[in-house]
Amino acid sequence: MAGSQTASNFSAGKLRLIKDRAARFGVTLGGGMVLIALLLIFFYLLYVVLPIFRPASITPLESYALPSQGTTTVALGMEARAEVGYRLTAEGDIEFFNLRTLDQDRQAGQVLKSERVSAETVTAFARSHQGNGDYVYAVAGGRVLIMRPDYRITYPNDVRLVEPEIRYPYGQTPLQLDPEGRDIRKLAFERDGDTLMLAALLADDTLMVARLVGRQNMLTRAFQWSTQRGVVNWRNGAQSARIEQLLLTPNLRQLFVQSAGTQQRVHVIDTRDVQNPVLQQTIPFASQLGRISAMTLLAGHSSLMVGHQSGHISQWFEVSSDGHREYVNVRNFNAGTAVEQLIPEQYRRSFYALTAAGDVAVFHTTSSRHLFQGQPGGLQLSHAVVGPRANHMLAQQGEELHVLTLRNEHPEVSWHGLWGQIWYENYDEPSYTWQSTSGSDDFEPKFSLVPISFGTIKAAFYAMLIAVPIGLAAAVYTAYFMTPSLRKVVKPTIEIMEALPTVILGFLAGLWLAPLVESHLPGFITFLLLLPLTIILAAFLWHLLPENIRNYVTDARAAMLLIPVVIFVGWLSFSLSPLIELMFFGGDMRDYLTNTLGINFDQRNALVVGIAMGFAVIPTIFSIAEDAVFSVPKHLSNGSLALGATEWQTLTRVVLLTASPGIFSAVMMGLGRAVGETMIVLMATGNTPIMDWNIFEGMRTLSANIAVEMPESEVGSTHYRILFLAAFVLFIFTFAFNTVAEFVRQRLRDKYSSL
Amino acid sequence: MKTWFKSGSPWIWMTAGTVSVALIAVLGLIALIAWRGLSFFWPAAIHEFHFSDQERQVLIGEIYDREQIPVTRLVDAGVDISHIDGEFVTRYLVKVGNREFVPLDFTWILEPDIVRQETPKDLVMLERARNGNFYGYLEDVLENGQTVVQDPAAIRSVLRERMRRALQLRDEGLSIQRGPIASINYQLEQLRLDRRRLELRGEYSDEAEAELQRQEELLREEYRAVEQELFAIRADMERDQVVMRDMRGERVTFSMSLVLDATWANDMNLLQKWGYFFKQIGKFVTEDPRESNTEGGVFPAIFGTVFMVLLMSVIVTPFGVIAAIYLHEYAGKNNITRMIRIAVINLAGVPSIVYGVFGLGFFVYMVGGTLDQIFYPESLPNPTFGTPGVLWSALTLAILTLPVVIVSTEEGLSRIPSTVREGSLALGATKAETIWRIILPMASPAIMTGLILAVARAAGEVAPLMLVGVVKSAPTLPVDGNFPFFHLDRKFMHLGFHIYDVGFQSPNVEAARPLVYATSLLLITVIVGLNLTAIGVRNRLREKFRSLEH
Repeated sequence: MAGSQTASNFSAGKLRLIKDRAARFGVTLGGGMVLIALLLIFFYLLYVVLPIFRPASITPLESYALPSQGTTTVALGMEARAEVGYRLTAEGDIEFFNLRTLDQDRQAGQVLKSERVSAETVTAFARSHQGNGDYVYAVAGGRVLIMRPDYRITYPNDVRLVEPEIRYPYGQTPLQLDPEGRDIRKLAFERDGDTLMLAALLADDTLMVARLVGRQNMLTRAFQWSTQRGVVNWRNGAQSARIEQLLLTPNLRQLFVQSAGTQQRVHVIDTRDVQNPVLQQTIPFASQLGRISAMTLLAGHSSLMVGHQSGHISQWFEVSSDGHREYVNVRNFNAGTAVEQLIPEQYRRSFYALTAAGDVAVFHTTSSRHLFQGQPGGLQLSHAVVGPRANHMLAQQGEELHVLTLRNEHPEVSWHGLWGQIWYENYDEPSYTWQSTSGSDDFEPKFSLVPISFGTIKAAFYAMLIAVPIGLAAAVYTAYFMTPSLRKVVKPTIEIMEALPTVILGFLAGLWLAPLVESHLPGFITFLLLLPLTIILAAFLWHLLPENIRNYVTDARAAMLLIPVVIFVGWLSFSLSPLIELMFFGGDMRDYLTNTLGINFDQRNALVVGIAMGFAVIPTIFSIAEDAVFSVPKHLSNGSLALGATEWQTLTRVVLLTASPGIFSAVMMGLGRAVGETMIVLMATGNTPIMDWNIFEGMRTLSANIAVEMPESEVGSTHYRILFLAAFVLFIFTFAFNTVAEFVRQRLRDKYSSL
Repeated sequence: MKTWFKSGSPWIWMTAGTVSVALIAVLGLIALIAWRGLSFFWPAAIHEFHFSDQERQVLIGEIYDREQIPVTRLVDAGVDISHIDGEFVTRYLVKVGNREFVPLDFTWILEPDIVRQETPKDLVMLERARNGNFYGYLEDVLENGQTVVQDPAAIRSVLRERMRRALQLRDEGLSIQRGPIASINYQLEQLRLDRRRLELRGEYSDEAEAELQRQEELLREEYRAVEQELFAIRADMERDQVVMRDMRGERVTFSMSLVLDATWANDMNLLQKWGYFFKQIGKFVTEDPRESNTEGGVFPAIFGTVFMVLLMSVIVTPFGVIAAIYLHEYAGKNNITRMIRIAVINLAGVPSIVYGVFGLGFFVYMVGGTLDQIFYPESLPNPTFGTPGVLWSALTLAILTLPVVIVSTEEGLSRIPSTVREGSLALGATKAETIWRIILPMASPAIMTGLILAVARAAGEVAPLMLVGVVKSAPTLPVDGNFPFFHLDRKFMHLGFHIYDVGFQSPNVEAARPLVYATSLLLITVIVGLNLTAIGVRNRLREKFRSLEH
């Protein structure tokens, strides 16, 4: 009987023990969750950010023999999703084939269609930029034939089926380019709608440009052409030079003529007036760079890339200086050995160079990144093309075609690109710019974190300028001078400010304070100047009062006494504001600032943000600093007072010194809050990413930038990852501030416990 | 004087001045919002201004704002000032309403231009479902185009009676739209998803299709019947019309279905004004917004905020309390504990927008996207949980407010005298039992305090929510009558975001401003109220343990 009871007691005790263990384990795990949460945030942000710094990779995917052996490739191409590829030959053939193996019926390399485009002998060949996708064959007698590979896409049984076709947008009979019938030796071509521009080097060395404006007959669908022609005088003294390559800009305004003679040169010809083309600029190249072996326009068609025999590649774009525009060498790259072919991407500023050594080199101009160099899979590629989505490359090696997988997702970003000065296209000089999106597809994104980091610092600076003096002084007074009964009311009142939603502060700052500051600017400034003077005056008047009244209303109640004084000063300066404005600033201070002093004035400016965010930060600083001052042991200050120091001396020499780590920690915490604050900045500034310390101009901060742009950025894109990077930077900033502040506070606590 | 400066007294006064400034700032801010917010509900007098001008002779509206400006600024703007004396002039911002008849529903007028200003008792303000307020004189009430006003003196009661009828019909229509119609649409969508689910599982067959079609047909049938009913109600609503005379002196007729309320603000006594005031407050908190949030109430925003915050509380409380118990009762003095403390401090200090970014990337795209692929493949590519929603918002804010709960609970735990613990352990209780039976009940007010503070913080937080689930206008509430009743994947409206959206994104900021003040007042009342409650609870707790210690 007794034994069984013991046993049941024992088992109950065991159960209790197990429960106790389980609870210990569970609670420990729960406590660890906090750490895990913080680490999770850190590593997740890092996980999203890191891919932007990854280099490009190129790996072979498929290879197959050329559809027709023994022919010369002039161009390769592929359809948007890289399912079908094509090859154009110097003999005038086009061959479509399955680029990749998609399923059993669609094996890689299988020829889908093969057609002879031009039955006549081809004398020259040209292509337009990738977005248009036109090709031109020049045939004997100065005639040109324009064709375009096209696709009909159908979805039978939900499977995407691509059926290639060849289109002749302007008919299958060649157009007569040269009325005199001279053969074309070299050709350049661009098209804008139905306006064609061609530049042709003719058999007798004449360089001719022609603009053909087509108008389609609605009934017969035939084109009628009005043609303007002109002869380009490009030599500019270089009599013995010969033309190597021609290139037209897609806006049909400029022609680049690359000539080789005693010196390597590129001549820029203004073709806006086709009948009288003008030599705009001649760019000479140093002879040690070697022969120019490749030339192309980058996506966006503003940058000219020139590749040399030495492996040197230079980027040029137009910059206006002294009222005229001129091509300037902006930056250079090196591919190692002679550049054979330069391949631009369709949308981004990446380009690929094939070299004589058989290397592929991948670069990005904006970020100056050298993303890849080498022979993918040991292949020595000669002719290559990159698909529109830049995830596949089609290239030739000997009599074989190779399909390569291209991974080059975030070439736009480099450390230098994020934090350094970058010379962007169409900019006159290097600058720090943040401009992440634009209407056009081939826009050059400008991802400099400098202006928005600057904005963050500027906003935090002005906020701290207001919050630190007020917060600390108020903390000192409340902790050291104020009567305990008053302190019990004042402290929670100021601390309740911390609970105010920042969206309300931001809304008031943007819609109430900003217009008020704008219309009463002189009043604001008067208030700031008058307030300290009036307080001192009030203190002096109080000092003159008879002793018995002074004993009744002591220093400890000064804060209450001053409330009506502050309100009066505020009222006075605001009602004087229009008068001051009228007397000194001609009735409109804002106008005066802009026109007379040349200071820009935005309604939503740093002053407004400083006040509103200062307001949000004051309670943080106040609360921590007050605790620090209050917890200074009383025997220290009492000792000082007993030795004859005044209250103020005791405060500055003893109390503040002892509490200084706590005060420092308060300021750090406040700074952390100011740096990360979002809504106030979002609502109280114009959110323009400018770099200027002017207190009357706005800014854009890291946090506001995230709030503005995150909802519209595409998941996984470079922009998305850079916004994560901005969040990561904020995280690290505040982590550093908070950790330092916490350490200092811990030290302080240890010190006091020893006192 | 010099000795006075040396005594440091002026500097003490300076520090005292900063306290006054801080106090004035807090109280002034709250007073400003309270004043502006409450005056939104007070019936404003409707003024009739007469001008000597040829082009505009009469202007009817509410005075919105007045300011003194220097005459020179008018000169710069090219205003004729020949009739103005002095250097300053008062100008009024007048809300004239009648949005479809006048180019601008707000206009500035200069005081010297006004010949006569009066507040006739007959002026009425009609609150309308579209195009904002209408100010003018009531002329007639029509039924099917025929007047129904026999006695001109009783015209107001006729209008009120017809208005009540139209409002009743309007409510009926709305309840049909929100009840049966919404439910049928929801079920149709479920059937579509059922079909897709069968297809994905390879169980799709002709019999299944026949069954689905039968159900669809039933629902459509039902829908047609309900629709007929709705159309009948709508047609009935159009029966009555109201005829008004506006400030141009023209007669304007519009349907009674548009009129929501009529107020003769100039003909109210104080009691009526207070009645109107409370009625407006009631309408503000219970009605749906209109005119892209710039008018009407904020009910969905209140509902969304409360729902999200409750959801968050359910998530954050256990984690916060457990972490606090760990830190205070279990943790030894080692590096891990120190790291956890630093983690708590940092979680409190990390900017809220960073939580938003993390929530969007991790919860929405990573966790949500995975959930969609596992549990909701039938509705892809439309995301179910892989898109911002109320669940993710609650989770994100739970991490954000975790330190608040931890810090508060830990403070409560540290106030419990160790004698209590020791007593319990000495009587043979295990540590877990001591915590569960003795410590936690004693700490519950502290946990409550932490929770209240967390709720207050979450209710005011906007930046992260903008990324993880809040929208300017949600078509449906996250709770409704369709199974499973709680729709955690839905987007929701939030008071804080409402302030941002209406104040900064709406096309007519001027018109919406009072509403923003009113919303701010509501939010601030809730948050300050919660905080004061928390402070109160905390103080009571302190008193209680003080007595225990002695």
